[in-house]
Amino acid sequence: MIRLDGVGQVFDGREGRVTALEKIDLHVRGGEFVTLIGRSGCGKSTLLRLIAGLLPPTSGSVQVAEEPVTGPRRDVSFMFQRPALLPWRSVLSNVMLPVEIDKGSDRGKAAYRDRAHQLLELVGLQGFERRLPHELSGGMQQRVSLCRSLIRDPQVMLMDEPFSALDALTRTELSEELQRIKMELATTIVFVTHSIEEAVVLADRVVVLTPRPGRMREVVDIDIPRPRSLAQNAYVTEVAKISARLHALLSEKDSEDRR
Amino acid sequence: MTKRSWLTGSPAAAVILPIIGLAAAIALWWLATVVFSIQPYLLPTPWDVVVKFFDQPGALLSETGTSLLETIEGFLLAIVIGVPIALLIVRSVVLERLVYPLLLMVNSIPKVAIAPLLVVWMGFGQWPKIVMVLLMCFFPIVISTAQGMKSTPTELVELMRSLNATRAQEFFKLRLRYAMPQIFTGFKVAISLAVIGAVIGEFVGATKGLGYVIQQSGASADTTLAFAAIMLLSVMSIVLFYGLVLLEHLLLPWAQEKR
Repeated sequence: MIRLDGVGQVFDGREGRVTALEKIDLHVRGGEFVTLIGRSGCGKSTLLRLIAGLLPPTSGSVQVAEEPVTGPRRDVSFMFQRPALLPWRSVLSNVMLPVEIDKGSDRGKAAYRDRAHQLLELVGLQGFERRLPHELSGGMQQRVSLCRSLIRDPQVMLMDEPFSALDALTRTELSEELQRIKMELATTIVFVTHSIEEAVVLADRVVVLTPRPGRMREVVDIDIPRPRSLAQNAYVTEVAKISARLHALLSEKDSEDRR
Repeated sequence: MTKRSWLTGSPAAAVILPIIGLAAAIALWWLATVVFSIQPYLLPTPWDVVVKFFDQPGALLSETGTSLLETIEGFLLAIVIGVPIALLIVRSVVLERLVYPLLLMVNSIPKVAIAPLLVVWMGFGQWPKIVMVLLMCFFPIVISTAQGMKSTPTELVELMRSLNATRAQEFFKLRLRYAMPQIFTGFKVAISLAVIGAVIGEFVGATKGLGYVIQQSGASADTTLAFAAIMLLSVMSIVLFYGLVLLEHLLLPWAQEKR
């Protein structure tokens, strides 16, 4: 579904050139849930923006659904760290924004409206359709944002630390909801996080990036049965074991930790 | 935090408190004229002023109408000219560098100094007054609009990009809407200056308007009449200002919560 070959990204900063990403080869299968983890500044957000078509790569090629990425695609949605809701729009109208922006949609507006109501119900926001964003809590706002990114049934969802600004409880709830939605819709998800636990609980595979320049350190398969939870779960030991391994990988004590 | 008291919390208090403040000021003024037995040609009592107004309410109201019309016309003209200029300035750095010092220069000219010039150029009609109002209002409107247009949060811009929004959509659906509260702040500053502009305009080469009345009453030492005119001017300012506040509440209900 997503294919990156020899991708590199160089920024021209004020103090010369900065290599943000180097030699990234990544292949994400359809329906797979991949988390990208790394220290801040390792270029994980940049990588996500390259896949989204928000940024052209300096070198290498990026493909989504066998096509080279030249700009934002309709079947790829992006979710940000902050809810990024338009403050003057109601919840429903925020969810409908993507449909309104791209008029050449495949379904009628009424069908999308029904879908929006469905999605809001799915995340427990029925009855809030006409509220304004500032009337909602941070967690509810991020749920609206999630609905917005799902409104056009994307094939690929790119998520840039979407839960990092939320409190622990909301975070647990939302990560469970996301897994449920994911299993229902078979969407391909690339999810950036700096939380090891979150990376393990959500992912089929975890990609560990090294900082400056961002390189792929290791790809770790997670085959713990779903649904998994950040709270209690039956596989605490497995999660702990993998988390410890990721922790070691991230702490950069080079090759002796590898195996 | 202590609980909100009636004085800060209730909407009734929001109306009653300013009235109490005003009444206290008037009472103090009255007291001063009585206690120090000030001559009416130096400082009339509030009652004198009220009586003066009711001597010739029709005439004074018609003068008020003249000033009000000039104020509103000049203010609207300032919006029609100022907002587009601000939008152009925001779009182009070259233009900003080119035009900004000019705007500053024009704004720093004492407006009283050019009032006679405006009469020379435009005659004795209403145009020199309207232009004076325009000159007073122009700067705050341009500055606040430009500032507002630059305040769009980056994640919202990125959201629009990720949805493949056109430049026009990004402008109308995001940037302009987001700038509205700040544009309104500029309007509120400008409207008070607009009234001052109208009076300055009417001080020179006018045959009607409240500014003309004040000018004339000064010449004939009719202090009470001058006070009546000044009172009418303040009432006009206050009504115009709160009219804008009301409009803002109606048009931008989402912006209230940010304060």
